[in-house]
Amino acid sequence: MNKLWLIIKREYLTRVTRRSFILATILTPLAFALFFIVVGFIFQYESDDSKRIAIIDEADMLKKRIKDEDNLYFKFVDADLETLRSTFSETDYDGILRIPPLKDLLSKEHTIYYYSDKQPTLDIETLIKQRIRRSIRDYKIEALNFKKEELDALDTRISLDPEPIEETGEDASKITGAIAAVIGAVMGVIMYMTVFIYGMMVMRSVMEEKTSRIVEVMISSVKPFQLMLGKIIGVGAVGLTQVAIWAILIPSILFIVNVVFGFDTSSAMEAQASAPQVDQEEAEALAIQVIAELQNQNWWAIFPLFIFYFLGGYFLYASLFAAVGSAMGDDLGEGQSLTIPITIPVILAFYIMFVAIQAPNSSLAVGSSIFPLFSPIVMPARLAFGPPAWEVILSMLLLAGTAIFFVWLSGRIYRVGILMYGKKVNLRELAKWMFRRD
Amino acid sequence: MNILALDGVVKTYDKHTAVDHVSFNVPKGSIFGLLGPNGAGKTSLIRIITTITRADEGQVLLDGEPLNSRHPETIGYMPEERGLYKKMKVGDHLMYLAQLKGLSKSNAKAAIDYWMEKFEIQDWWTKKVEELSKGMQQKIQFISTVVHQPKLLILDEPFSGLDPINTNLIKDEIDELHRNGTSIIFSTHRMEQVEEICEHIVLINKGKNVLEGRVADIKDQFKQNLFSIHFSGSLPTALLDKYQLVQQKEEQVVVKVESEQASNQLLSDFLQAGVYIRSFQEILPSLNEIFIRQVEQGTPKTATHE
Repeated sequence: MNKLWLIIKREYLTRVTRRSFILATILTPLAFALFFIVVGFIFQYESDDSKRIAIIDEADMLKKRIKDEDNLYFKFVDADLETLRSTFSETDYDGILRIPPLKDLLSKEHTIYYYSDKQPTLDIETLIKQRIRRSIRDYKIEALNFKKEELDALDTRISLDPEPIEETGEDASKITGAIAAVIGAVMGVIMYMTVFIYGMMVMRSVMEEKTSRIVEVMISSVKPFQLMLGKIIGVGAVGLTQVAIWAILIPSILFIVNVVFGFDTSSAMEAQASAPQVDQEEAEALAIQVIAELQNQNWWAIFPLFIFYFLGGYFLYASLFAAVGSAMGDDLGEGQSLTIPITIPVILAFYIMFVAIQAPNSSLAVGSSIFPLFSPIVMPARLAFGPPAWEVILSMLLLAGTAIFFVWLSGRIYRVGILMYGKKVNLRELAKWMFRRD
Repeated sequence: MNILALDGVVKTYDKHTAVDHVSFNVPKGSIFGLLGPNGAGKTSLIRIITTITRADEGQVLLDGEPLNSRHPETIGYMPEERGLYKKMKVGDHLMYLAQLKGLSKSNAKAAIDYWMEKFEIQDWWTKKVEELSKGMQQKIQFISTVVHQPKLLILDEPFSGLDPINTNLIKDEIDELHRNGTSIIFSTHRMEQVEEICEHIVLINKGKNVLEGRVADIKDQFKQNLFSIHFSGSLPTALLDKYQLVQQKEEQVVVKVESEQASNQLLSDFLQAGVYIRSFQEILPSLNEIFIRQVEQGTPKTATHE
C-alpha cells in the first residue's frame, strides 16, 4: 500500500511539475480568452470609413424620416438624378439612392437604385434595404388606412410549456430540454476527451518505461500490478487536476475579458443589431431563465455522478491502454493497430452520445448508457434529463464491475508484456498472456 | 549456511522450458557466478529469485525461508536491461527507488548521501538523469541497487557498457560489499571476469545446470595434468621419449603427465638431465575452456568437492 502510494506520488508529481504540463494548463484558458477577444473584436469592429448618401425620394414615401447611422449619413435632396450624377465628383457624396414611386400599394416587390463609383459594401446594402423596407411598410400602413397596433397583433408568439401528469412531479420549464441537452453534450465531450488524452498518456508512459528499460528495475521492488495501478491512478489525478484548474480558470478568464474589454460572448448577437428581431428584453429574460434552469438542475446528484463516470470510464480505458502500451515494442507505429480495438468503442460511444441528447429515452440511448463500454460517455449526457434511478444504478454497478475486471485483466497482460522484447504482438498473443502463470 | 538454495526449479513458457530442474546453493557471503551462454535461462532464473516470476516447480529458499513478498527488500538486483527515468533528478530518483525498497525517508537520504559522497558526486543531486553520461548513469544505477544494504546482491552483466575506469570502480565496490558480508550473485557470460571475482559458480546451459562448485575445485577437476617448462638450451632425447609433449616451442614445452604427483618426477627428471630450467608451471584450464567444452558437450557433470 505504501509502495503504491509512492508510485502514485511520483507519477503525479513528475507530471504536474513538468513545464509542458504547466504551460498547457495555463495556456489553454489563455488561448480561449484570446480567441474570445479576437472574436469579440471582429464582431464589434465597426467600419471606420464613413459614407454620405444622397436620397432622391421621388414619391416622398419616406417623409424624410431616415436616421443617420454611426458612419452612414443620409441626406434627402430635391435635385434630379441627372444633375446629381453630373456633379457627383464635385460633391462629397459617396452614393446616390433613388427611390422610385410604388407602382401599386399592394405590390410586394420594389426596386430602388444605388448610383456610385463603388459597389455598396454588404453591410451598407443590408442596412439600406432594411431601413427602406421599414419606411415603406409604414408608408403602406398609412396609405391603406391600417392601424399599426392591429397589424402587430396579427402575429402571435407561441411557447410550449411541458407539464408533468402528476401534480407532484417536477415542473420542467419550456427550455429544460435544451439546457439538459447542452449540459449533456458538454459532459459527454469532456468525458470523451479525458478518456482519450489521459488514456493515451498512460499508454505512452508504459511504453517509455519499457523502452528505457527502467521497468525491470522497478518490478524487482514492486509488483507489476502495483506499478500499473499506481501509474493509472497518478495520471488520473493529473487529469482531475488539469480539468479542475480549467474549470476554474476558463470561466474566470472569460469574466475578466468581459470586464476589461467590455464585451461578452453574446457580442456576436449585438453586432447584428441591424437584425430587426433582436429584442433586448427578451434576450435578458432568456438569460435569466437559463440561469434559473441551471440552478434547477440537481447538481448535487449530477456532479458526483459525473465524477463517478469519469473515474469509471477512465479506469476502464486507461487500463486497456496500459495493457496495449506494455505489449508495444520500441516502434510506436507497429503497436498502433493494437489501440484500434480500444478506440472504436470510445468513438462509437461519442456518436451515440449525440443521439442520446436528442432522444434521451430511446432504446439506443438507454441501452448504451447501461453497457459499460459506452456508459461513461453516454450516461453523463443523459443525466440532465433525469433518467430513472434503476437505470443509473444498474449502469453504475456494471461500470464499476467492468472497470475492476479490466484493471485486473490488463494487469495480467501488463506483467507479461513489460518483460517481452523484440516480439511482434497480436491480439491472440495478448489473450494468451492473460492465462499465463506468474 | 546458504543465502540461497534452489531445488529442482522448473519454469516453462508456452512450450519452451526456460529452466529445467535447476538446483544449486549460494553460500552466505560468497561471490557466486551464474554462468551460461546467451539464452541459457540465466535471466529466467534471476527473475524467479527476485520474485518477478514464480517457479512452476521446485523450491527456492532465501536465507532459509521460501520466497515471499517481503524478500525483494532484502535483494538488490541490477538487471542487464537497465535504465532510469530520464526526466527525473538524480536525488529524487535515488530517493524513490530507495523508498520502494522499504527505506524510510530519512534512512534513504542518509544512505544516498553516503554513496554520493563515496563516489564524489554530491553535486549531482539536482541534475537530471538525462544530463549524465552513460557511465555516470551506471553509477547511479549501481547506487540504487545497493542503497538498501541488500543481503543478496544480484548483478546481471554489471560491467557491460562501462569503461575500464568505472569497471574498476564498481569492482572495488563489489569487493568491499563482499568483505562486509554481502552475498553476491554475478551473472555473466564473460569468463575472465568470473575467474577474477567469483569463488563459486554454476554453469547453466539450455535451462539445465551443467556444472556447479568452487572455482578452484572445478579447475582442479578439469585439469589435464599439463605442465609448462621454460628452459635454456636443448632437450635430451631421453626426456622426449619418456614424456608426452603436448606442445613444443623453442625453449618451451608443455608436458602431460599421468597424475598430479608425477609433476615432481617430471621436474627431477628434467633437472637430472641437466636442463637449465627457467620456469615450471602447472597449466590449469581457464573457465572459458571448461565453459566452452561443457556447453559443446552438453552433458551435466557436477564437481565432487563441496
